[in-house]
Amino acid sequence: MSNITFPAKFDLLDEIREFVAKAAREGGFSEKAIYSLQLAADEAASNIIEHAYEGISNANIDISCDMQGETLVITMRDTGKPFDPSKVKQPNLKADLSDRQIGGLGVYLMRKLMDEVSYVSNSKTGNLLTMTKRRG
Amino acid sequence: MEITTQEFKHCDLIKVKGRVDSSTAPDFSKALEKANDNGHYKLAVDMSELEYMSSAGFRALLGSQRNCKRYNRGELVLVSVPERIREALELAGFTELFKTFDDSIAAVGSF
Repeated sequence: MSNITFPAKFDLLDEIREFVAKAAREGGFSEKAIYSLQLAADEAASNIIEHAYEGISNANIDISCDMQGETLVITMRDTGKPFDPSKVKQPNLKADLSDRQIGGLGVYLMRKLMDEVSYVSNSKTGNLLTMTKRRG
Repeated sequence: MEITTQEFKHCDLIKVKGRVDSSTAPDFSKALEKANDNGHYKLAVDMSELEYMSSAGFRALLGSQRNCKRYNRGELVLVSVPERIREALELAGFTELFKTFDDSIAAVGSF
């Protein structure tokens, strides 16, 4: 299991994606799957920075990657405002250009790219997002 | 991320290289807006050397497409979309909002 704490800043997204890619590569995922895992982790971290830590600087995100059998488990822990991805409304992908919603897309992609996305908010320990993907 | 804009007679060819995420998407948006500010609404976005794009980049494309298509004054088209990025755009339901071309000559020639 690898663990790391990143400052919650958009310019660290590159490193967050690299951290996840390294764990996925070691776990034997294909390059195509690694891209999906990087995208899901990026969307998750971006949402934490944008929503959970809205207006807050000097905040951190704790990220872990753990291979459990054939499944990669990615967790992200933050101490910001509760932001539950499962409560985000699914965007209407059939809407035409003028009605297309800008928000909700990141969460939608996370759910599509990962096998499971779960979220627990605790006033003492903070918010914990867990995403899993099985090696294909 | 690196952006270069080439102005042709009938359209602007905007090449975006590297990675577009929440950190770099604002600059990508600015480059698209700048073309619009110059009165150019026919844009071809060359993605041949784009390595990565998150939903932040998709939103920039969507915003620009709305602006370009307003009053039927133009359109934003995509060129040489790498496979992984195309798959993500498909997942997001974005492929039907943008015409795509295999190379920039075809894209520029379409305007």
